[in-house]
Amino acid sequence: MIYMKDVMIRPERCLSCRSCEIACAVAHSESKNLFSAVGEKPAPKKRICLEYVPDLGVSLPITCRHCKDAPCVSVCPTKALHQDENASIVSYDQNRCVDCWNCSKVCSRFSTLYQLILVMGCWSSSMNYNRGLINRQAEAGIKCDLCEGRDMPACVEACPTHALIFTEANEV
Amino acid sequence: MKPEIYEKSIDLASQKILKKAEEEGIETAWDRYEKQLPQCSFGQLGVCCRNCNMGPCRIDPFGEGAQKGICGATADIIVARNLLRTIAAGAAAHSDHARDAVLTFKKMSEGEAGSYRIKDEAKLLSLASEYGIVSEGKSPKEVASRLADTLLQEFGKQDGHLLCTRRVPESRLKLWAELGIEPRGIDREIVECMHRTHIGVDNDAVHILLQGLRTGLSDGWGGSMIATDVQDILFGIPQPRRSTVNLGVLSKDKVNVIVHGHEPILSEMIVEAAEDPELLKLAEEMGAAGINVAGICCTGNETLMRHGTPIAGNFLQQELAVITGAIEAMVVDVQCVMPSLGELTGCYHTKFISTSPKADFPNTIRMEFHEGRAYETAKEIVRTAVENFPNRVLEKVTIPEEKQECMVGFSAEAILSALGGSPDPLIEAIKGGAVWGIGAVVGCNNVKVTHNYGHVNLVKELIKNNVLVVTTGCNAIACAEAGLLLPEASELAGDGLKAVCRALGIPPVLHMGSCVDISRILVLSSVLANYLGVDISDLPAAGAAPEWMSEKAVSIGTYVVSSGVFTVLGTIPAVLGSQAVTSLLTGGLNSVVGASFAVEPDPLKAAELMLEHIDAKRKALGLDSQR
Repeated sequence: MIYMKDVMIRPERCLSCRSCEIACAVAHSESKNLFSAVGEKPAPKKRICLEYVPDLGVSLPITCRHCKDAPCVSVCPTKALHQDENASIVSYDQNRCVDCWNCSKVCSRFSTLYQLILVMGCWSSSMNYNRGLINRQAEAGIKCDLCEGRDMPACVEACPTHALIFTEANEV
Repeated sequence: MKPEIYEKSIDLASQKILKKAEEEGIETAWDRYEKQLPQCSFGQLGVCCRNCNMGPCRIDPFGEGAQKGICGATADIIVARNLLRTIAAGAAAHSDHARDAVLTFKKMSEGEAGSYRIKDEAKLLSLASEYGIVSEGKSPKEVASRLADTLLQEFGKQDGHLLCTRRVPESRLKLWAELGIEPRGIDREIVECMHRTHIGVDNDAVHILLQGLRTGLSDGWGGSMIATDVQDILFGIPQPRRSTVNLGVLSKDKVNVIVHGHEPILSEMIVEAAEDPELLKLAEEMGAAGINVAGICCTGNETLMRHGTPIAGNFLQQELAVITGAIEAMVVDVQCVMPSLGELTGCYHTKFISTSPKADFPNTIRMEFHEGRAYETAKEIVRTAVENFPNRVLEKVTIPEEKQECMVGFSAEAILSALGGSPDPLIEAIKGGAVWGIGAVVGCNNVKVTHNYGHVNLVKELIKNNVLVVTTGCNAIACAEAGLLLPEASELAGDGLKAVCRALGIPPVLHMGSCVDISRILVLSSVLANYLGVDISDLPAAGAAPEWMSEKAVSIGTYVVSSGVFTVLGTIPAVLGSQAVTSLLTGGLNSVVGASFAVEPDPLKAAELMLEHIDAKRKALGLDSQR
């Protein structure tokens, strides 16, 4: 298996400051500058969202790359997750979801959070928050592109507590 | 990516010591700045509110997330409230400094502060008459006592206006009254800021900002001006004199005592104690060739202006001075003193001595300063430094050779006297275009700007275009280090300004003092406006703070603009999260107080903005406006 560098979430370090969100929006703005981006029309859109996970009682930065040949889509037994092949956009149908969590197990980006959820033992529909984000992005036609042209994704650079890191999945 | 040393400072002496710091593994403000990057965007935009414990709340500047705090405060309200608190803190710092100066003055007049005396009786009498105190038949100390009482009342005043505000042109005073921003008691304005920004009080951005203008004015035409006036009575009105600046003023064979902070109450005594025969003898016994006092920041500016005591550096050079390894004592009072000095002085033999009852720092020796025994304490401090001289580790000492001569001491009184007693020659030079206008360039250092780069380049560009520059604070020190405070620097000025400087024997950049001494610039601008029969906002003048960082600078900017002077900021204030506040500050204020702010990090572009403003003002006055 070939490992690629990706944004990894270390949920226990997140302090909910939303720095990643703003840095992401600025990195996807016209000017790439905070003070100019504030006035841009249309407003730049973030690809990472701080989502509150009730069963964990914390908020976490959640982001989806809508990977090509997305593994979450390929393992979904009910086709609740599906992918528009042309746009490579993953979307999610809650009505088909049976909460099997297979998608979370195979998502490299989500694996650390998945481990935490396992430890916490809170099997519930927490993952809906992740999927909600996936759907919102699908509708907006945006996804995490790992900040093309930058050495380090803006969200990772902005995180003051290193809750987000940029590394290979097997190194976490 | 770590910045190169030349990106940290344009000053050669500073670069050498930064290199030493790197070699010795010593951390400086620049390293800590790197570790803070990237800085919090909410904070930078001013859209984070911590004023109640339902929060903290923050506004998503891109519109997807929360647009209101829990109480319903919008970005406009939050930004305005935060700005008001910043102004209040800045005004408090200047004004509390003033209070201490007046209290010392009061104690002196009652014989309880034997180390202090009335140095300038003429200023005492002129101030007394301005404040309506009859001095005939009274001793100077009696007059001083009455004046001190009157000045103290300015802080807690409940009725009427601040008396210093009568120095502004009539038209401006009328404007302030119409806007309801004429400052009342100094303390009252600051307290009202804190009240208004409490949850659920003032929640209209414009209404909040008007209180900001009033509070700023209570600093500029209140606290700061009182501090300057009283310090002049106690220690003398600065007169032109020569001195030297930069880290090279540190001595390799004398005891080096640094006075750092903002109040002359302390440094005046230290300068005196350093000449005490008993201590000089002790220094000799310790193997030192003498005692060398040098200043940093505005405590340094105060003694530089009045005694020609050399200055070792400005704000960002405070750590560098210690890293030379040649400082026996770093003596501090209040404001702009980095707490990092505690750990840093521990890496060398330097004693870190804190003196203000208000300000302590990690790892200091406390030697509290009280008016009653000021000179005795100063002697103890200097003795501690002298006794520390044998502990200097020669292998750790590097004193850069860079030091620069400078000409300082241009109080408003000294400038008028250099002009022959009347502003007329300056006015004529402005009318004729030899002096195109006046630029007031002030403010701090800020790690976000290459040290002194903003200051020096902005000022050079202004004088090149025949703008006479008046300066205070860390800008003044930066200009001194760059050699701009010398009559010879007029070589860098445009032909008109060069000729004026040569005729008067003055530098093209006039050092007017410490940061409270920006009040001297206000007084000078009032004198010029009154002489011309116009408002301050009609003068061909502009202000700038190219490397500002402190809350005091925000208060200063506010009172300078409220007084009618267009001001360019070199670093971005935390207001851009609100379009309403931003457009008011950078435009709307023009129709309110006849001046506004601009933000321009590039010093050459900032100079151009100032020049364009001066051109427009010249045109409005019917003067030649084609540069």
